[in-house]
Amino acid sequence: MATPTPSLRQAQGDALDLSARFPGAVNADKRPGYTGWIVDKEKLLEVAAFLRDEMGYDLLSSVTGVDYLPDGKMEVVYQAYKTTGGPGIFFKVQVPRVDPIEVPSVVSVWPGADFQEREIWDLYGVKFTGHPDLRRILTWEGFSGHPMRKDWKEAFYEEDAKPFKSRWPEGRIKMAEERNPFSDNVMFEEGFDPEKWTSNDPEEALYTSLKKYTAETSDGIKTDHILVNMGPQHPSTHGVFRAVVILDGETVVSLKPVMGYLHRNHEKIGERNTFLQNMPYTDRLDYFNSMSNNWGYALAVEKLMGVAVPERAEYIRVIMAELTRIQNHMIWMGMMLNDLGAYFTPALYAFEERELILDIFEAVAGSRMMCNYFRFGGLARDLPEGTLGKIKDLVFDRLSAKVDEFDRLLTENEILVSRLKGISKLSPEDAIAYSMTGPVLRATGVPYDIRRAEPYGIYDRFDFDVVTHADGDMYARYLVRLEEMRQSLRILRQAIAGLPEGPIITGKPQYQVRVPAGEAYGRIEAPKGELGYYVISNGKPNPWRYHVRAPSFINLTALEKMCVGTKIADFVAILGTIDIVLGELDR
Amino acid sequence: MSNEELNSPGYEIPPELQGQVAVTTLDRIYNWGRRSSVWPMMFGLACCAIEMISAQAARYDMARFGMEVMRPSPRQSDLLLVSGTVTKKMVPVIVRLYNQMPEPKYVVAMGACASGGGPFKEGYNVVAGIDKFLPVDVYIPGCPPTPQALVAGLIKLQEKIDKQSIKQVRWYDKKNKADSVYVPVPVLGPDLIDLRRVDELKEIAAPKPAEENSEA
Repeated sequence: MATPTPSLRQAQGDALDLSARFPGAVNADKRPGYTGWIVDKEKLLEVAAFLRDEMGYDLLSSVTGVDYLPDGKMEVVYQAYKTTGGPGIFFKVQVPRVDPIEVPSVVSVWPGADFQEREIWDLYGVKFTGHPDLRRILTWEGFSGHPMRKDWKEAFYEEDAKPFKSRWPEGRIKMAEERNPFSDNVMFEEGFDPEKWTSNDPEEALYTSLKKYTAETSDGIKTDHILVNMGPQHPSTHGVFRAVVILDGETVVSLKPVMGYLHRNHEKIGERNTFLQNMPYTDRLDYFNSMSNNWGYALAVEKLMGVAVPERAEYIRVIMAELTRIQNHMIWMGMMLNDLGAYFTPALYAFEERELILDIFEAVAGSRMMCNYFRFGGLARDLPEGTLGKIKDLVFDRLSAKVDEFDRLLTENEILVSRLKGISKLSPEDAIAYSMTGPVLRATGVPYDIRRAEPYGIYDRFDFDVVTHADGDMYARYLVRLEEMRQSLRILRQAIAGLPEGPIITGKPQYQVRVPAGEAYGRIEAPKGELGYYVISNGKPNPWRYHVRAPSFINLTALEKMCVGTKIADFVAILGTIDIVLGELDR
Repeated sequence: MSNEELNSPGYEIPPELQGQVAVTTLDRIYNWGRRSSVWPMMFGLACCAIEMISAQAARYDMARFGMEVMRPSPRQSDLLLVSGTVTKKMVPVIVRLYNQMPEPKYVVAMGACASGGGPFKEGYNVVAGIDKFLPVDVYIPGCPPTPQALVAGLIKLQEKIDKQSIKQVRWYDKKNKADSVYVPVPVLGPDLIDLRRVDELKEIAAPKPAEENSEA
């Protein structure tokens, strides 16, 4: 049994008695199945600063809202970790569920909370006082209501929880469009008149939030700034991402990312689904790495259920996750070179290997991209005959040669070096403050890898290096990813050698799992950074809260900081080196 | 179209001209040119876009069908491959892109989401299929469709092009003066407002008299 048991986790968390340090203002969370502390909102900033400065919880991993409608409470949950490793600390702020709901913003302590607090404002309607730029982030300005609230119902609402009783009444299908009065996925309040409705320009708030200043050169000639919209349809944005940039000549003066163009309501749908129904949805978050996504979610629910994973399944999980990582980093290299102008040829090299890895996924899971392979307490099915041989061929012969080839072709390539080296430097302090994780954080010299910092699965058994690089520039990010592929191959060789025989799932495969009430946070080192799932169960077949801490989303918090002062052409490369994927970014 | 086919139009060709002169119909040569150089727009929405790139890459190689030239600008493309979930926030952009494409233009709905909302249909920010706004020529099932399925869908599109006649295509239709399909760009209000349905929406949203309410 490899995941840290809840009791161990609790014991370590309890060593720090916050209620003694802040008597009256902080109380232990005593609800059954819950851990952590409940903090008075007046003392929140003080507690946050104490945790960061004196206790060393310097990395704010995740902030999210939870709507406890029956209790009339709105809760904001914070999860902080130490970059030196070890378990984290949960603390929560509870406020009455009466508008206006206000909670102080922790952006001054952890700037990485910026986008996450905007998301909570957007989806839950919690106002963060002191937030520098509190606008909607996933929906648009002018959207009616805060959709994640439990009493907010979508246009195609049917029931609170699946399976819906009306799905196949006597074998007949009833379209969602037939139930909705507008016969479409829209909802307007009574008396709404599209002709009389006047819009506040949804873009206005965005443009005013961009830094305004008049530039004057030393010779007294006034110059003008140019506002450039990049995206949502732009070949360099890796999907439907948009950035609004203010330029002084070619230099970026100010930049705001705009997202939500692929906001597919994972969390709202996830709270209607049963626990197992969410598994295929996790595939579609970071659609390059469905195996890793599965693992994070399985980990969270397994913590709640307290179920152990058989040895063989643990090994296969590691094999799949590391193959995914190699495949992701290869695509990343191809696509980043696309961004640098080497149009599609490097990507062709990368896709060649990816196809071979996807063949393995297709053999084990039945689908190339959307694997849906993990189950709570194991895997969906065992490796089919011959697959292990294929994996061995890839790992022992082909992939390491391919990584070396990439290294030989690219690492000292003059164009690549001159485009990447020394640009967009990020200091380790900034990277931690902005909650960056994954290769981008390690490229600043912080050896923070969850496989080491808080090992999950059986990663504590393998011998591998946490790759870091001290420079913090784009070239360092490239080198870190290149070396990480080699380390993944190292793990793979050990995992293949140690793969035991045995069952691949604990107990019988179940369609409907019983999940005891409580909360759990499962986090893994996904190829793009820390991927976390915060799941709350109230003992029913559906999760009460299902939140995804997406690395692509949170790594973008520092985008403006990384881009200001660079050239507009470098922005494309910087975005490329962060490695975002829109399915996960917008969820 | 192979050389043999071009050379066998059903007309007698004198033996000394065979292999040098091809006789064919205008429709056939026109469609042959169009179907062999469909330029898709370089525009990925979600997961399906990755399979679209795979289909462009070496193993599946869409260049075999003359579709390897992806254009990032709508002004230079013939085919809008809607590859992924269409959200309400995104649909005004997609419709605008479609309006900017010159005729002849085609739309392929790739995958379950673009065809009908797919697994995300019930989401509050999801448009249940791009066909609510744009005229779709080919639907490709799958979540995501494999590159093979995408290639099959594009071959279907080629078959559709083959069947069009230059006499009837809308972009040469002088009578109706409509040389292009124009779809009004939807507006983001409290929810997505489809400008073609304004009157209908107004009627449905109108406050109901009290007795009707009790009936409902």
